[in-house]
Amino acid sequence: MYWDNTIETMEHEQMQQLQAKRLRDVVEHIYRQVPFYRTRMQQEGLLPQDIATLADISKLPFMTKQDMRDNYPYGLFAVPPSEIVRIHASSGTTGKATVVGYTKRDLGIWSEVMARSLTAAGVTKQSFVQIAYGYGLFTGGLGLHYGAEMVGASVIPVSSGNTARQISLMRDFGTTALACTPSYALHIAETMCELGIDPKDTALKVGILGAEPWSDKMRREIETQLNIKTTDIYGLSEIIGPGVACECHEQQGLHINEDHFYPEIIDPETGQVLADGQKGELVLTTITKEGMPMIRYRTRDLTVLNRSTCGCGRKLVRMSKVLGRSDDMLIIRGVNVFPSQIESVLLGLGETSPHYQLIVDRQGHLDTLTVMVEVSETMFSDEVRRLEMLEKKIQTELASVLKVTAKVRLVAAKTLERSEGKAKRVIDNREI
Amino acid sequence: MIIQQISVFLENRTGTLAEVLATLLENNINVRAMSVAETADFGILRFIVNRPEEVEQVLRKAQFAVKITPVLTMILDDSPGSLLERIQALSGAGINIEYFYAFAVVGTEKARIVLKVDDLEHTQQLIGKYEEGQRQGEIEETADFYW
Repeated sequence: MYWDNTIETMEHEQMQQLQAKRLRDVVEHIYRQVPFYRTRMQQEGLLPQDIATLADISKLPFMTKQDMRDNYPYGLFAVPPSEIVRIHASSGTTGKATVVGYTKRDLGIWSEVMARSLTAAGVTKQSFVQIAYGYGLFTGGLGLHYGAEMVGASVIPVSSGNTARQISLMRDFGTTALACTPSYALHIAETMCELGIDPKDTALKVGILGAEPWSDKMRREIETQLNIKTTDIYGLSEIIGPGVACECHEQQGLHINEDHFYPEIIDPETGQVLADGQKGELVLTTITKEGMPMIRYRTRDLTVLNRSTCGCGRKLVRMSKVLGRSDDMLIIRGVNVFPSQIESVLLGLGETSPHYQLIVDRQGHLDTLTVMVEVSETMFSDEVRRLEMLEKKIQTELASVLKVTAKVRLVAAKTLERSEGKAKRVIDNREI
Repeated sequence: MIIQQISVFLENRTGTLAEVLATLLENNINVRAMSVAETADFGILRFIVNRPEEVEQVLRKAQFAVKITPVLTMILDDSPGSLLERIQALSGAGINIEYFYAFAVVGTEKARIVLKVDDLEHTQQLIGKYEEGQRQGEIEETADFYW
C-alpha cells in the first residue's frame, strides 16, 4: 500500500525530469535569497542558469554543518522570518546548535514524506501510534507526530523515557505501532519481560525505528521479542528530520523520498561523485524546501544507493542501512554527539583542555557514555568534596550541551591512551 | 602548628598506591603520617614528609597530580576526651573541619592529629593555648622532621 501512488511508483526518467525542474527552482531560490550561498556560487563562477540538468548539480559547492555554524542562527534561512512557522535544532559540532527553520509548506512536505514512510511501515487510519521519540527541538517526536496525524492514525504522543509508563499506556491504549530508537525498543521488550508482560498480549504490530544505526541481528532480536515487524527510518534535521527515507516491508534498504531530497554518493575524501552501488557518503539536496534549502549537504553518513526494482513496487531509489560515519560523530541513545562538544565543555574548566577519552558501551540495551577526564594539577584538590563538585559540574554542563547524560570519571594524569602523541578520543565497545 | 601536606590523586585501580609509594622509595623519602580518602571512582592520598617542596617536585616529575596544602597539626594526650575538647573549641567558633587524621608520635604516649579546616589562622589561635601546654613535655624528635 502506498501513500502517494503516483510519486512512489514513478518511472525513473519521469522522476528525473521532476527532480531537474525542482533543482533549477531551488537553486534560483537560494541564489536570490541566501547571500552566503550566492557568494559561494559566485566564487565558483556559477549563475543559477548554469544548473540546467541533474548532471549539473556536481558543479555546485557542498554545504556542511560548519556552514550552519558560521551562519548561526538564521543566516541560511531563505524566506523572511514571518514565513518561518517552526524552528528545530540539533547538536552542532561545538557549542552552538544547528538551527533549521520551516515554512508552512515545508511542514506540509515533512508530514507528507512521513505519511509515506509510516504507510510503508504498515501504519493506517486504524493504527494507534505511540511516539516514544523525544518531543522538542529534536525532530524525532514532532516529525513522526504530524506524519501519523496526516495518515489519520490515532497518535499517542508519549515522548521518550519512563519505560514502565510507556508499557502501561501501550497496553491500556491498544498501541499497534511503536516509534522509537531501536535500542529503546529492545529496552521496552526487556522491561516487559521483567514485569512479566508477554508482548504477544499487546496489540503491537509494527515498529518504526530510527535515529541510530542498527544491524539485522538487532532487528531479528526486536522482531522476535516484541512480536512485530520493524522498518528503519532515516532522516536528519538539516534536511527535514525523519522521513528522508524509510524501509518498506521488504526490509531491503530505505526508499529515499527523492522527489524532495535528491541523493548523491560521494567519496568523502575527494568529493567525487560515485556511481550507484558504490559505498560512500550520502549527499542530499532539498529540492522543494523553502525555509532553509540545503544544496548538496554532506550528511557524513556512509551508505550505498540501489536502483533495482523493489519487491514492494516502489520505484524510489533505496539506500542501504547507514554503514557508518565519515566523521567522528557518535549516536548515543539516538542523540548525535560530537567529541568536539565534550572538548568545548572541558575547555571551560581552565586555560587548557585536559586530556579526555569517551567510552561508549551498551548496558542491557541502552547506550552509556563515560567521559574519562585526566586530573590536571589545576583541577586537583586535597578535598574529596571539591573533586566531587568538579565531577558534578562537568556532568551537568555535559548534560546541558549534549542533551544526553554522561558519567564523568576522573583519572590520573597521563594515563589515557595516546597513539603517536595524539590522544585516542573514542572507545566504542558497542556491538550493534 | 601549620605544616605543609602533600596530596596525590589516586585513580581507583589496582596498583596506584604502590606506584606513588615506589616513587617515594626510589627517592628515599620517609613518610611520617598518611591517610587515604576514597570515593567510588578515585582516592586522594595525603601525607606528611619533611621537605615537602622537594617531595612535591619529585612526584610532579613522576607525572602525578600533586598538591601542597597548609594544614594544622597538634599533639594530643593519650587520654579520653583530649580530642573532644579541641574539636568543641573549633565547632564553638563555627570552624568547619574538612578532614583530619591521627597517628601515634614515635617513642611517646602522645598522639598527633593533622587537621584541614576552612579557617587555618583562626584555628591556630584557638588551639594555640593547648599547644602551649603541650610544649612543657617537649617531644624529642629528629631535626629532619617537623616534630
